[in-house]
Amino acid sequence: MQNNDLTANSANNEFVAFRVGAQEFCVDIMGVREIRGWTPATPLPHAPSYVRGVINLRGAVLPIVDLGLRFGLGPTEPTPRSVIIVVHIHQQVVGLLVDAVSDILTSSEASMQPTPDIASDMAKTFVKGVYAVDSRMISIVTLDSVLPISAKAAA
Amino acid sequence: MDTMAEIRQTFFQECEEQLSEMELGLLAMDEGNADSETVNAVFRAVHSIKGGAGAFKLTELVQFAHSFETALDHVRSGKLTPTPEMMKIMLRAADVLSDLVEASRDGREINEANYASIAADVKALTTFDGVEEVEEPIDFQPTIIDFGMPELAIEPEPAASQEHEYRINFAPRPELYANANETILIFRELNRLGAMQAFCDAAAIPSLDDIDPNGAYFSWAVQLKSEADIAGVREVFEFVDGEADLTIESDGQAEVSDADIAALLAQALGTPPAADTANASEPSAEIIPISTMPAPVAASSETADVEPAVAPVQAVESSKPDTKAAVVPAQTTIRVEFDRVDRLINLVGELVINQAMLSQRVIEANFAGSSSVVIGLEELEQLTREIQESVMAIRAQPVKPLFQRMSRMVREVADATGKEVKLKTEGEATEVDKTVVERLAEPLTHMIRNAVDHGIESPEVRLAAGKPAEGTVRLTAAHRSGRIVIELSDDGAGINRPKVRASAINKGLIPADMQLSDSDIDNLLFLPGFSTAATISSISGRGVGMDVVKRSIQALGGRISISSRPGLGSTFSMSLPLTLAVLDGMAVSVAGQTLVVPLTAIVETLKPKKSEVHGLGSDGRVMSIRDTFVPLIDVGTQLGFRETPTQPENSVALLVETGGGARNALLVDSIQDQRQVVIKSLETNYGTVAGIAAATILGDGRVALILDVDALVSKSFEETLVGELHYGTGG
Repeated sequence: MQNNDLTANSANNEFVAFRVGAQEFCVDIMGVREIRGWTPATPLPHAPSYVRGVINLRGAVLPIVDLGLRFGLGPTEPTPRSVIIVVHIHQQVVGLLVDAVSDILTSSEASMQPTPDIASDMAKTFVKGVYAVDSRMISIVTLDSVLPISAKAAA
Repeated sequence: MDTMAEIRQTFFQECEEQLSEMELGLLAMDEGNADSETVNAVFRAVHSIKGGAGAFKLTELVQFAHSFETALDHVRSGKLTPTPEMMKIMLRAADVLSDLVEASRDGREINEANYASIAADVKALTTFDGVEEVEEPIDFQPTIIDFGMPELAIEPEPAASQEHEYRINFAPRPELYANANETILIFRELNRLGAMQAFCDAAAIPSLDDIDPNGAYFSWAVQLKSEADIAGVREVFEFVDGEADLTIESDGQAEVSDADIAALLAQALGTPPAADTANASEPSAEIIPISTMPAPVAASSETADVEPAVAPVQAVESSKPDTKAAVVPAQTTIRVEFDRVDRLINLVGELVINQAMLSQRVIEANFAGSSSVVIGLEELEQLTREIQESVMAIRAQPVKPLFQRMSRMVREVADATGKEVKLKTEGEATEVDKTVVERLAEPLTHMIRNAVDHGIESPEVRLAAGKPAEGTVRLTAAHRSGRIVIELSDDGAGINRPKVRASAINKGLIPADMQLSDSDIDNLLFLPGFSTAATISSISGRGVGMDVVKRSIQALGGRISISSRPGLGSTFSMSLPLTLAVLDGMAVSVAGQTLVVPLTAIVETLKPKKSEVHGLGSDGRVMSIRDTFVPLIDVGTQLGFRETPTQPENSVALLVETGGGARNALLVDSIQDQRQVVIKSLETNYGTVAGIAAATILGDGRVALILDVDALVSKSFEETLVGELHYGTGG
C-alpha cells in the first residue's frame, strides 16, 4: 500500500479496522476501494489454500485472499457478517476476506508503535506496526506480500 | 503549440494513408496496370506528403518527395514508360519515403547517406539529355492540399494600408486540376485579403457528349477590395502560375454592397464540400453569381446518371484530382482513440453479462412463457447481441496495411538473397480485430522471410527446374466460418523432408527409428530448436524458429498447419478468431464447477463406455475411439478439483485437438450448453494459472474459468505445475 509509507508525521491517517479470528488489524483507508459482502468464489486450480478463488466485481475478475489462512490464524468461515475488503495492491485489485469490519480509526504515524519482537513469521511479514486503541491492540497490515509471489510476478 | 502538435499528428496520420495509397498504386503499376488513374493516385499521394512536409519544414522529406514526384509526373505525362527496372526504383523510393516520414514523425536524425543511391536513381529517371526538369518550386506553399486543416494557411501579409479594387479574371486550364490544385482554396485565400465577390462563367461548358472529364470549363471573374498590393494578390495565384489564364486589373470599378458580399461569401464558402449538386443551376450562358453554384470544388460523389442539367457541373468536378473519390462514394470516417473503443467494448461486455443475469433471474422467478417480460427480455437479448457485434466491428480492421508491410519485406529479403520474388496478395479487405492484426505482424514477417529465404530457390535453380526465374509468394486472407484464414504459399522447392528428418534426428528432437508420415515430418518444423538453414543467414535463422511463430498464433487462439509438395512449394495456413474479446465455448461441469472449453478445440463429444477405457502405466488412461487410442485426461484431477479420478462411464469425454494436431480426450462430469462468453483476464488482478486461459462471467454473476486446452494436455503440464506450485509455501 503506497500510503503506508507516509512520511508526514503531522497528518492523521485513517484506517479501516477489521477482525480476523480473535485478532484485530487495520489497513490504510486510502488503499481501500470498497467493502462488500461475501459471495461464493470460483476456486482457482492449484492456487495456494489462502486464495479462495475469484469473484465477479462488476465485470472484473477479483481474487479473494482469506486473510485468516494467509496470516496462519485458521480459515475464515464465511458468515453473513463476513466481508470482503477490496484493496489496491500495487497495480492490482484484490479482495480480502475477513470476519468483520469493526471501525474506522484516525491515528497519526507518530502514535504507531513498532511491532513487538516475537518469533512469528506472520508478524514479521505482514505487520508493520501496532496501535493501541482503548486497551485493544490493532496491527497495521502491510499488504505487499498478501498475493502469491508467482502471481505477482506474472502480473 | 498544442494545436500545432495536433496538426502535426494529423499530418502524419494522413501520411500513413497516403503512403499506403502510394504503395498500392505502385504495386498495381508494377503489375503492369499503369493506367492514368493509378499513376495519378500515386502522384497525388506523394504530392500531398510533400505539401504537408513543406509546412513542417521537413526539408529532407520535401526534397526526396519532390524528386520522386517529378519522376511520377513524367510517368503521368507519358515522358517515361514504366519498365520493371524503373518500378523497382520506384518501389524502393517508396520505401525510403515511408522511412523518411517515420523518421520525421519520431524526430529522428535523417542520414542522407542511407538513401543517397535511391535518391540518385530517382533523379536519374527525371534527367533527360542531362537536364533535370523542374516542374514546381520546392518551397511551394503547402496550403494547396486540402488536409482539412486550413489553419496551416500561410497568411499573406497586407503590404499596403490603402484599399485597392481589383478585377481578376481567372480561367483554370486542365493542368491546374491535374496538379492537385483546388480553386476553392484560391478563393478562400483571396477572401482573406479582403472583401470579395466571385462570378463563375460556365459558358464554356460543352454538351454532355463532348465533355472531357479531365477538362476545365469554368472561369471566374472576381472583384476584390483589399489593402494588399497587386503582388500580394498575384501571390495567391503563385502556385497555379502557368496553369491558368490570369489577368489582374487594379482599381477597376465595381460597386457591390458589403452586405451582399458577406451573404454571397457565406453561401459560397459555407457550403460543405459534399454538397448536393442537384440544385445547381442550368448550364446557362450567362455569368452565374458564385452563390448559386454549389461550392465550386464540391467533391460530388454522384455519378453521371443525373439529369443533363447537372451533368456539366459534375463533369468539371471529376476533372479535379480527386477523380477516384468522385467515382466511388467516399466513406466518411472519423478518428477515434482506441482507448475509447476499448472502454465501449468493456461496457458492452458488462451489458451482455448483465442481460444474461437478468434472463436467468427471470427464469428463476418462473414467469409464464407468454409473459411480456420474457418477450421483452428476448428483444433485449437480440439488441445486446447486435450492439456487441457492431462494437466489435469498430475494432475490426482490414488486413491490408499488414499485407502491404509484407510486400516491402519480400522486396528486401529478395534483394538480400539475390532472388527474384513477387508477392501476390488477395483478400486485403478482410477484416479482423485490431489486436489480431497487430499481433500477426511478427509471426507473418517471420514466415515471409522463411518463404523467401528457404522456400523460393535462386533464379538459376528455378530456371533449371523449368520454373520462371521469378518466384511467387502468395498471401491471402478470407473469412471462413467465423474465423479468418490466412494462407501463405510459395512456389518454391517445398519442404525437403529427408533433410528435415535427418536434421531432427541430428538435433535429438526425435528418435532415429521413429516412423513419421509426410505431414508428421512437415510438422517437425514447428518443434522448438529446429532450424534447417545450413548457414545461419541474417534473414532467417535469428534464433527465432517456427516454434515461436506457432506459439504466437496459438496465443491468439489460432492454429497453423503446413502442407508441402516437393518441387511445387509449401503452404502455411493459419486460422484465427476474428476477435479476442469473445469466444464460443462449451460450458461443462467438473467437480461442481463450471468450466468453459473453447469450441474451436473440440472435435467431438463422446459418452465413453467402460470397455473403451484402458489403463496405461501406473495411473495413465487411454480411450479407444474408432480403433485409435487417445490419452484420457480427467479435468477434475488435472486441475486439482478432486483427488480421485472420476469413473469414465459416468462422465462425458470431449475429444479435443491441440494446435499441434495432437488429440486427447478430456473427461468432464457433464455438458451444460454452448455459449458465447466474454473473455476476462485473470492476469490483471491475479496472475497466470496453469491450464487456464482466462475467465468469464456467467449468467448467474459467478466467475467461470476458460480452459487452456493446449496447456492442459501437454505432457509438460505436470512439470510446469511443479514450477508453479512453489508459491504455495511462499510468504
